[in-house]
Amino acid sequence: MGKNPFIIEVNHVFKQFEDGKFALNDVSLQVKKGEFVTILGPSGCGKTTLLRCIAGFQVASSGDILLKGEDVTKTPPYKRPVNTVFQKYALFPHLNVFNNVAFGLKLKKEAPETIKKKVRKALKMANMTGYEERKVDTLSGGQQQRVAIARAIVNEPEVLLLDEPLSALDLKMRHDMQIELKELHEKLGITFIYVTHDQEEALTLSDRVVVMNEGKIQQIGTPTDIYNEPQNCFVADFIGESNILSGTMIKDKKVEFCGQVFDCIDTGFGENNPVDVVIRPEDIYVWRKEDEKRGKIIGQEEDDYEDRVPKGKFTKWYGEVQSCIFKGVHYEMRVLTADNYEFLIQDYHEYLPGTEVGMLVRPEDIQIMKKEHYIYNYFEGEVLKNGKVRFIGAEWEVQPKQIEGLEPGEKVQVKVPFRSIDLQDYEEEGKLSGEVHFILYKGNHYHLTIRTDEGYDLYVNTNDVWDDGDRVGVVIPPSAISIQKSEISHE
Amino acid sequence: MSKVIQIFSSRRTWAWPYILFMLLFVVLPLILVGVYAFTDIDGHFTLHNFAKFFSHSEAIQTFLYSVMIAVFNTAICLLIGYPAAYIMAQEDFKTPKVMAMLFILPMWINFLLRTVATVELFNMLGLPLGEGALLFGLCYDYLPFMIYPIYNTLQKMDNSLVEAAQDLGASRWQSFWKVIVPLSMPGVYSGVVMVFMPTVSTFAIAELLTHNNIKLFGSLIQDYITTTDLLNYGAVLSLVLLIIIALTSFFGDNNNDGEKGGMI
Repeated sequence: MGKNPFIIEVNHVFKQFEDGKFALNDVSLQVKKGEFVTILGPSGCGKTTLLRCIAGFQVASSGDILLKGEDVTKTPPYKRPVNTVFQKYALFPHLNVFNNVAFGLKLKKEAPETIKKKVRKALKMANMTGYEERKVDTLSGGQQQRVAIARAIVNEPEVLLLDEPLSALDLKMRHDMQIELKELHEKLGITFIYVTHDQEEALTLSDRVVVMNEGKIQQIGTPTDIYNEPQNCFVADFIGESNILSGTMIKDKKVEFCGQVFDCIDTGFGENNPVDVVIRPEDIYVWRKEDEKRGKIIGQEEDDYEDRVPKGKFTKWYGEVQSCIFKGVHYEMRVLTADNYEFLIQDYHEYLPGTEVGMLVRPEDIQIMKKEHYIYNYFEGEVLKNGKVRFIGAEWEVQPKQIEGLEPGEKVQVKVPFRSIDLQDYEEEGKLSGEVHFILYKGNHYHLTIRTDEGYDLYVNTNDVWDDGDRVGVVIPPSAISIQKSEISHE
Repeated sequence: MSKVIQIFSSRRTWAWPYILFMLLFVVLPLILVGVYAFTDIDGHFTLHNFAKFFSHSEAIQTFLYSVMIAVFNTAICLLIGYPAAYIMAQEDFKTPKVMAMLFILPMWINFLLRTVATVELFNMLGLPLGEGALLFGLCYDYLPFMIYPIYNTLQKMDNSLVEAAQDLGASRWQSFWKVIVPLSMPGVYSGVVMVFMPTVSTFAIAELLTHNNIKLFGSLIQDYITTTDLLNYGAVLSLVLLIIIALTSFFGDNNNDGEKGGMI
């Protein structure tokens, strides 16, 4: 066991709550000694549950958790060599700063002199020297956070767990604390597991980032990996800004999107397979189209196409600037192509709305991802006596020819294209109601995930603009539903 | 016209009926108690009544006995009430509302009726009335006043404090004594005051549950007050009781920090 390089091992952990929902769905993670690992995800993704399972406040439904090679899945929190910094600090209001920090040491019955020394050292580490006698409720948020950190590190834990520790602080304070936490990590040399929903925090602080969504780990990697090579649409969309487009992998290193063929560096996606293409807004080169013809023009050095844009056989495409916003360091522009694809571009140069611009992207900046779902929703269904078909918890009218030769009660497979599902503003207008669960902008359309009230996920492609959490009514026209006997799929 | 509106829209105007009520039914009786205590039957100033109390061993004994009964009752209520409140405040306890309701429910009925029913219950079970019955009756009557404020503070307590204690190495037992108990003290103080004060001055419960065999201080006061020529002496006893109660509630308030706890 001594050779085990991992201080924390999480093996196939599931956590199911009483309502049947999985907060953790087969989560596995290994953390090396001394690493700074961030668990990143939107609220409700299971990141806090994972942390609480490691801390011992929650017990995994199945799977196991090892600390230093020892199974602690069911060990109570007070017997684990970890300490936690809580989201709302959780300082004891009836104790002063000194006694808060000394709480753990007093439980261990250490000598008063040792306690004094250790508390002083911990408070110094957290930059809170001189506050020993203060009541905790007279401290500011940032000071309380420092006391909470001191209270955790004074016990010399091997792992420090931090549950969104900076979320209650204002932006400036948050930045200062980020730097301090990073320094603290270096000084202490212990393992930090840090939970946050703030991607910038995750990228700044961590050695490795674990991106989670819906109880599952989406990707584990260094901040650069996560940013430059997102493995799926969720990660690409969640981390930073990105252009996500549907494309086709023609063959290795050739991808088609936006009606053009581009060189790329990815291989192994097969031939003529649908893929998702991710391009970061800062990776797109942009220039005024008219500069192309004129070449280098005196007086326009600042905006010089010849010098700025990489030379070589790159695929270029063109569009018109729709909007341009100054973002401090760069300008953020939305550019619309002739065939209605919209690109988000960040550049140091300003191109006013209405400007015709050319764009290109280096092959290594094109990130290809396997498409998670193609163009059809597939559901299991059942033919009913009234000629309708029951699936996803409702009865739907279908074209009679679709169920020709099928007996009532027969199980069928239902296929509905993403494009053909209509969403209504008013829930009552649809046969089903649900909520917009996830939105992805694909350059020329939105790809939505609709979660129905019965818990089914529908994928919908639409040009209409919806917001996360919007309530919608779902309408599927009979012509959009194709039915197949599902014998094949059952085998 | 505008002046009339001004008068009626002023908050001070609306306070007058309440002020009048309190003057009539709270302040005036207190003054009367004071006046009677310091005068003799003819209305002359005297300290004789006080002197009588301090040399009247029966009154002092009854007084001490009442305080003792009140202390016992408060202790029993605390011993029963704290765990009950603690269990109800647990997160995984599914029906705290129902439980709280069940504890509060007896308060819907007049306490005299409840006490009479308790007497009947003891008779039915063949249990003797007396000190035991008295303590049982007091506890039965005042338990909700102990449970409710404690339940309130416990329920408002941030569960992450308990988790923090456990995280720092405290077992369940240690986190209970070092975090939960100290933080619930405001509720405990409210409960103690609310049980102790009315128990010291109780008389009807004692009369009913002991067949008038045990006299509490409240009964004593009642006896003197209703006897015309001893009214002034009764007033002294009332005043003494009042001072004791004032002292206990002052003690409670001090530790209350004025925010947590309380009945509501």
